[in-house]
Amino acid sequence: MASALINAPPRAKRGEIIEIKTLISHPMETGYRRTQLGALVPRDIIRLFVCTYNGTEVFRAELHPAIAANPFIVFSTVATESGTLAFQWTGDRGFSETESVAITVD
Amino acid sequence: MRGFRAAVCVVVLAASASAGEIPRAERRSGSDFMSRETRAMQDDDTANPGMLWVLEGESLWNKKTGDAGRACAECHGDARASMKGVAARHPAFDATRGRPVTLEQRVNVCRTERQKAPPLAYESRELLALTAYLARQSRGLPIDVATDQRTQPFLDAGRATFYRRQGQLNLACSQCHDDNWGRQLAGNVVPQAHPTGYPLYRLEWQSLGSLQRRLRNCLIGIRAEPYEYGAAELVDLELFLMWRARGMTFEAPAVRP
Repeated sequence: MASALINAPPRAKRGEIIEIKTLISHPMETGYRRTQLGALVPRDIIRLFVCTYNGTEVFRAELHPAIAANPFIVFSTVATESGTLAFQWTGDRGFSETESVAITVD
Repeated sequence: MRGFRAAVCVVVLAASASAGEIPRAERRSGSDFMSRETRAMQDDDTANPGMLWVLEGESLWNKKTGDAGRACAECHGDARASMKGVAARHPAFDATRGRPVTLEQRVNVCRTERQKAPPLAYESRELLALTAYLARQSRGLPIDVATDQRTQPFLDAGRATFYRRQGQLNLACSQCHDDNWGRQLAGNVVPQAHPTGYPLYRLEWQSLGSLQRRLRNCLIGIRAEPYEYGAAELVDLELFLMWRARGMTFEAPAVRP
């Protein structure tokens, strides 16, 4: 299942500030809710989001239980060189999702 | 009476005079009542969470399933062409059943009869994904449910449900959505109840949901016992609401607060 959507410009000028939008499918179960029978619903959230640009980390976010389902993270970075923007989300229950997009810098 | 701001909104709603049907020129989609930020989220396909379901629906469309081992695409081809406008025409009359069926029911008819697969549960991720994918193909088109002699009795039944007071609060749909749209109900603006964007992503649900989920929510809100998913009353009401919104632009998958 395609569970992540990335919106990053495919081309940019060197030194330009580019905006990157990421959306991922995830329930973000807080761990505080209970079922109708009173049993605690175990926490299931994304804990960490990391974006690397040609291997260098350019953005990192720690996520917490108060963040809504299907987290939408928008950030910016400076276009320095052509290459790959790689995204990784990791979380509870061994959740791990990776996605990458290519960028051409002239 | 209308200018009087009672603390309990329900009292205001119950007491205000009936304004009747909304004139066609004054009809507004629910998206017109939203904040700029929520509209921006709906309009940007990479920010609209409904697109996650659309993408999943696209892969389900092309996946072989059931005992027949056939994918939707094997009969229907490219949904971008073959399914254009289909969601904007539902609920549509089904001759073999002798009554209108919703898009969800249509998908399940195809699954059970053609693909020989078990029907998908209402509000399941798969059914929402498929209907979202289908609905996406009608985005921007006018809502166009067919009304003829065959559908007329069901449309009338839906209209009767819309104007019938029910539940412990003894409210009809029309009392909020015809007579008091644009005013506040607690913190929210009362919309006109035009189903322009279903299935849609409600921020409150943190999920995609069908029109019937929304209708059941409203019924619970007026403390009526909600009809089951797929019940004739809900399908007829859905038909009436789509007819009431005829000609309005289809926005699915929409985002609502």
